[in-house]
Amino acid sequence: MSWASQNASLLAHLTGQNAYLALLPVLFGLVISLPLGIVCVRFGWLYPPVLGLTSVLYALPALALFVALIAYTGLTDTTVIIPLTVYAVSVIFPSVVDGLRSVPEPVRQAAVAMGFGTWRRLATVELPIAAPVVIAGLRIASVSSISLVSVGQLIGIGGLGYLFIDGEQRSFTTEIVWGIVLIVVLALVTDLVLVLARRLLTPWQRGAAPTRATARRAVLSGQPGRGGVPAA
Amino acid sequence: MSFFNFAWQWLIAVGHWSGPEGIPSRLLEHVEYTALAMVISAAVALPAGVAIGHTGRGGFAVVSLANIWRSLPTLGLLILAFVLTSGASWAWVVPLVVLAVPPILVTAYEGVLGVDPDLKDSATGMGMTPLQVLFKVEIPVALPLILLGLRTATIQVVSTATIAAYISLGGLGRYIIDGLATNNYGEVAGGAALVVLLALVVQFAFSGLARLVVPAGLRNQARQS
Repeated sequence: MSWASQNASLLAHLTGQNAYLALLPVLFGLVISLPLGIVCVRFGWLYPPVLGLTSVLYALPALALFVALIAYTGLTDTTVIIPLTVYAVSVIFPSVVDGLRSVPEPVRQAAVAMGFGTWRRLATVELPIAAPVVIAGLRIASVSSISLVSVGQLIGIGGLGYLFIDGEQRSFTTEIVWGIVLIVVLALVTDLVLVLARRLLTPWQRGAAPTRATARRAVLSGQPGRGGVPAA
Repeated sequence: MSFFNFAWQWLIAVGHWSGPEGIPSRLLEHVEYTALAMVISAAVALPAGVAIGHTGRGGFAVVSLANIWRSLPTLGLLILAFVLTSGASWAWVVPLVVLAVPPILVTAYEGVLGVDPDLKDSATGMGMTPLQVLFKVEIPVALPLILLGLRTATIQVVSTATIAAYISLGGLGRYIIDGLATNNYGEVAGGAALVVLLALVVQFAFSGLARLVVPAGLRNQARQS
């Protein structure tokens, strides 16, 4: 504890950097996945090939992608942000498609019968109903992203990963343990924020137990039926 | 020059293909580490997952733990194991197994738990003993999910074994770590390309394996999942 209190400002700085490097890709991932998912639901034949591509990209080791990007983006934050965005898309995109497909047909038809056009239906009916499934994907993407950032420290950009490398060089266990603990805490806090966001966004669901399908998806990872944590 | 140029130039250099630090021996090391970690993990996680799914007991604990586990940083676990064992040559096994067990355990549990109760009833009605029901019905039906868990774990282990080069493990990660340390980007790029190829081979090998071992009657479902 004394080491941590002496280095509180370093720990706060690294935690902030870790959050930024991990969550910006999740935001980008959402921004890319929403239109991609909407298009793949509209044109169903697109879904299998796009899903196949994202699941292949998902299997690529992060360290290999980081060092491959050094040739193009150098030792900048972008080198870490791009691969993490790719992983985020492979988790969030299938959940957008699943979420939109979970909209009951009668609900869709009721919206059509009320005179809603395609875009209004999407914005006011379909996306809100899809929100819980999309947020389930966001939770998995953000938790994995937060823990993957530390691998970036091997190329010098890794948020709390700094504590691992520095701790290894000094054989100082306390520092390494603090790194692990802060990453887990950051992940849990982010997860909690997303759970609260889901409650605020979908007030009609309050108290409803998660369906078996969503519970299972949360277990297996963000890729429904595909499984997997991002490759480190 | 692009990454691909660097990687290609390094890969076609004849000297990189022989000796204890050559590509074939590094690749073999990488596969050996992965295989060892996977054998240990599967030996622990498969029976446990099947047992939990079969009895339905302890499922909640498994699911809750799996969520926390996802946030554990692999690099941190590797370095912690390395420092705690004062650099023991087997230190890398522990974090690799720690990372590989949860996906295998959870999918085996989910797979066996999700078997249609009517199927089990009919098997019992046909005169199968409980063990026969388990081995001839529940496990085969759960096989697509079990394979999914094994694939996820294997890919995770291949990636983490790459990072383990940082704590002086051999394998393909050596090229990346050594290349970074000596500012030899060609070596880094070549190593990264090899790791990516290995990950892709594992991914496709598991798809092939699923085709071979999943019972014909389940293949449609396997494709959907």
